[in-house]
Formats: sequence, C-alpha cells, structure tokens
Amino acid sequence: MKDLLYLSMRHALHHRLRTAILVLCLAVAAYLPTIVQILSLRYEASLTARAASTPLVMGAKGNRFDLTLGTLYFRPNALDPIPYREYQTLASASAGLAIPMNLRFSARSVPIVAAGLEYLDVRGLEFADGTPPLRVGDAILGSAAARELDAGVGDTVYSDQSQAFDIAEAPSIALRVTGVLEAAGTPDDHAIFVDIRSAWLLEGAMHGHEDAESIDPRMIFAETDEGAVLNSAVRELNQITPDTAQRFHVHGDEGDLPLSAVLLFPASEKDGTIVKARMNASQSLQMLVPSEVIDDLLGFVFRIKGFLDLVAGLLAASVGLMTLLVMLLTVRLRAPEMRTINHIGAGRFTTLGLYACELGLIVALSLVLAGAGVTLSLALLPDLVTAL
Amino acid sequence: MTALVSLEGVRFHYPGPPGTRFELRIDLLEIARGERVAFIGPSGSGKTTLLNLISGIAVPQAGVVRHAGRAISALSNAQRRTHRIATVGMVFQEFELLEYLPAIENVLLPLRVGSELRVSHATRKRAGELAASLGVTHTLRRRPSRLSQGERQRIAICRALITEPSLLMGDEPTGNLDPTTAATTLDLLFEHAAAREATLLIVTHNHAILDRFDRVIDIRELQGVGDAMTSAADGPAGTAS
Repeated sequence: MKDLLYLSMRHALHHRLRTAILVLCLAVAAYLPTIVQILSLRYEASLTARAASTPLVMGAKGNRFDLTLGTLYFRPNALDPIPYREYQTLASASAGLAIPMNLRFSARSVPIVAAGLEYLDVRGLEFADGTPPLRVGDAILGSAAARELDAGVGDTVYSDQSQAFDIAEAPSIALRVTGVLEAAGTPDDHAIFVDIRSAWLLEGAMHGHEDAESIDPRMIFAETDEGAVLNSAVRELNQITPDTAQRFHVHGDEGDLPLSAVLLFPASEKDGTIVKARMNASQSLQMLVPSEVIDDLLGFVFRIKGFLDLVAGLLAASVGLMTLLVMLLTVRLRAPEMRTINHIGAGRFTTLGLYACELGLIVALSLVLAGAGVTLSLALLPDLVTAL
Repeated sequence: MTALVSLEGVRFHYPGPPGTRFELRIDLLEIARGERVAFIGPSGSGKTTLLNLISGIAVPQAGVVRHAGRAISALSNAQRRTHRIATVGMVFQEFELLEYLPAIENVLLPLRVGSELRVSHATRKRAGELAASLGVTHTLRRRPSRLSQGERQRIAICRALITEPSLLMGDEPTGNLDPTTAATTLDLLFEHAAAREATLLIVTHNHAILDRFDRVIDIRELQGVGDAMTSAADGPAGTAS
C-alpha cells in the first residue's frame, strides 16, 4: 500500500496541471455546498437565538420584518415612530419589563441604539472598560463599533447629521464615550448605546442654548407663560457638559416624543398574551413575537437555500462526471504502463490500486483544500446576521 | 548442465476464429542453467509468445512449462506473478521505463509492485551498485526522457537485474539500437548473466550477434516449418496474468 501510494503520488506530481485542475474542481464542488450549509445553519442559529431571547416587540403598524430586524439586529430602516406615551402605558401596566428604543440615528454609519439601561442587563452585556452613561449625551460602544470608530472611553463621537443643509434640523451632536462593552458575538457588538433621552437630543426635541434671560433682548421674539420664543440666531449647544447640562430641556409633552419600538419581557406568558392581544387590537400599533417573524423569514431563506442546494448538487455531479471522464482517459493513456507493470509481475489488484490511490490522493487533497477554504471563509467572512 | 527451463507438449493459441488463428506448438524444449539462447524467426512466428510462456505471463492451453522442475503453468495467477518477480528479469524492446519516475525508482519498480518484495536500504544500495557496474550512476536522479538511448537501455537492464533473477529475458533488447550500442548492451547482459549464473534468453532479428550465443533456436524449426497457421481442433482459451 505504501509503495502504491508512493507511485501514485509520483504520477500525480508528474502531471501537476491535470492534478491541480482536478483537485481545484473537486474542492470547489465540496466547498460550495459545505459553506452554504454551515452559513445557513449559522444564520438560522444566530437569528433564532436572538429572536428567542426577545419575547415581544411593539411598534407602529407596518412591515413586521422591518420592525423585527430593526429592533433585534439594528438593520437600518425607517420605522414609523410611536409616541413615548405608549411605552409609559405599557410600563405602567406592570405586565413585565418594557424597554423603549429609538433607532433612527447613526454615527459614521454605526447604528445608535437609544434604549433604557435595562437593555444591557437583558442582553447580558458586560463592560470591558468604563461605566454606563451618566447623563444625556453619554454613549457606550459595542466592541466592534469601538474598533470601527477607533474610539474609547473619554473620546467623543459625532452623530451623523440627517440634513446637512437644513438649519431647522438638529445639528450633529457630540457624544461622550463613557464605556466600551465586551464582545458578545451579536449585533450589539456593532452598535453605539445611548440613553433614550439622548435620542431626543439627536431628534432636536431636546436642545440647549444660551440662557434666554442673559441674552440680548432683541433675540427674544415673544414671551409666553411657558417660556420665550427666540430668534434662530441664538447659538444652540451641540454638546452636553457639566456646565451646559442644566441648559438642555424638552419643549412640549414628553409623552409625544418619538420611539421606534418597545421591547417587552412579560412577567408571565399570560401577561404577554394579554398585552399582545390588546396592542394588536390597536389601529396604530402592533405587537410581534420575534421568533414567529424570524421563522417566517427563515422559511423564505431556506426556500432559496433549497435552490442553492440543487445548484450545488448539480455542480458536484458534473464535477464528479468530469473526474470520472478524466480517470477513464487516464486508464486508457496508462495502459502501456500498466502492461509493463503487469509483465514485471504486478497483479490486477496492484494496477487497480494504483488508480484508486491516485484518485484517493486527489480526493483527499480536494477535501483538505475545501476544508481550509471553509475554515478561512468562516474566519474572514463577517457575521452574516450583521452583514446580510 | 541441468535444465532450468523446460517446455513439454506445449500448445498455445490466442483467441480467434478457428482456421485463422496462430498456434504455438512445442513438443520439447529444454534450456540449461547458465545457457545463453537466442530465438530467431520472422515477425509473427511466436518468439514473444514463447517468452511470455516461459516467463509465466501467458499460460499454455496444453502442456507444461517448468522452471527448475517447478510447473509454473500449473500455478495460480498470483503464484505465477510472485514467481515471475522473484526469478525472471525482463528487458523490453522499448525499455518501457515509466516517465514519471526517476531512473533509480524505475530500477526499484519490481520491488514496489511485487507483493513479496520491499524497497529497503539494502535494495537501494544494490540498485546503486548495479547502476555503477553499468556506468549510469550519474543518471539515477534523471527522468527517462532526459536519458540517452543507451542510458535508458542500461537502466532497463538494472531493473531486470534488481531482483537477482535466475532467468534473464530480452525481447529484441537491441532492436532499436545502433550496432555499437547494441554490442555494448549484449556485453552487459552476457556479463551480468555470467556473474550470476543466470540463463539468458534473447529474442532477436539481428543475425550479426547470433554467434555470441550458446544456442540459436529458429522458432519455425521448433514447431515445424510451414505449420504456423493451423486449423487444429480448438482448445480452451489461454489466460494471461
């Protein structure tokens, strides 16, 4: 056997190009279905795990996939806002833990997740460095976001301005980084977390400016019982510091301020069912079970995967047939050599063994190459849930 | 001298329609140990078939082929192969070296494809000594395509001698060589056969070299002139291992 392997290896090496082409073709035929299978399983596991750990999501009526993917995976999409009042109602019902979320903003394209601090607890996120946000305008970074933004505790990141040439829109706001989270292997790694009030700061609903009483009286258009209407020339503050913190305020009713969604972790299954039924009866709201939405989504994904499996199967079959053809031609080409070996004293099993060993070597090399490709792909490819 | 090879009442034919097929018939042929025999005859007269029968590559439909008293025609395929590798060294007309192996590995090939034999330090040393005695040590790392005709031929002789066979056979081993190289080749074969008391059987068309052999056998005389084509009753099909 050792001698047959040696002779086969010599033959394969002598015909390098032929061997390389065969190995490459077989490796691709093995690699494609394997990587598709692994990635789809990972995708499924990742999507399912996160969905399963989030019992209910409340948001504005609309596309349920957008609402689920937006709140669970921070996929950028324009969710219709719901008023903060809905969260207050839900929280006061004592049906469980409700976490308000605002997902409309980003900093250098990294999503800013404005949520209650409880969010960190329910997701099991731990600090690698720093502390939770202490005041409005403070931010903590997911591990991947910190790398992407090249920022750490004490640094400042600026929110992306939605309308660069519209002075009525809120300006870019400086967010002070107070902490960096440990890697969790979830979309949380790729996000910036701020307090929910910071989202209103980014919305422009909360703002700060010079003290109206100390500025030039000509900058005051009118005075009302609730305050003063100022000229837009009055300089707005774009960063909250200990000195300016007292100057940031909200005009109007806090209950009207916008949210993207509310996560609900019901105290019991019964509570969840009741809340869900009540919300879904609403004209403007919907309450989703993320695991159900993700199951539906995976139904689509796996329908596509079935097609990919078919394509991969056809590819593997054609490569197998091609390999068979090459081997049959090789048998014909090597007939004089085998006759010589036979005349010297080798039996039929020896000659068959030579072919089998060479085929075995080629298949083994292909599998090693495909395995290396799969390993490399899994190491280098970004997390699909975040990337797709 | 005692007979190393003997053929008694041998009948052999290749498959084919009766009346058109060739049949080799040898009533008695004995070749002594250490004897140097040349087989001559026109193309198609059965010289190569005779070598195949003697080496055990082909098996007669009737009669017995013996090596040192052992009836090899009665052995199984596997036994005949084992016997052939151990006792027969063959030099082919085209040398039939394997292009994907360097010369040293071509020399060692019988040890790699034989079930009973193994490549070892001793056999490598022996291959080196054979190559040195034939003056081709410098070619051992080269592939056959990078060897001259004479070098290829010497490597083929090394391969035939690596198992120290008692029977050395050549099927027109000088057929494609110029007269000088042919003479040198024969010198080497005679020299190495003599050194090991091996019997040397050569098929040749070259009548200029015949006087160097102990015996020259015309294959037509051996089986009866003009009787090469036969319509004799069919025998069982022959087998080749």
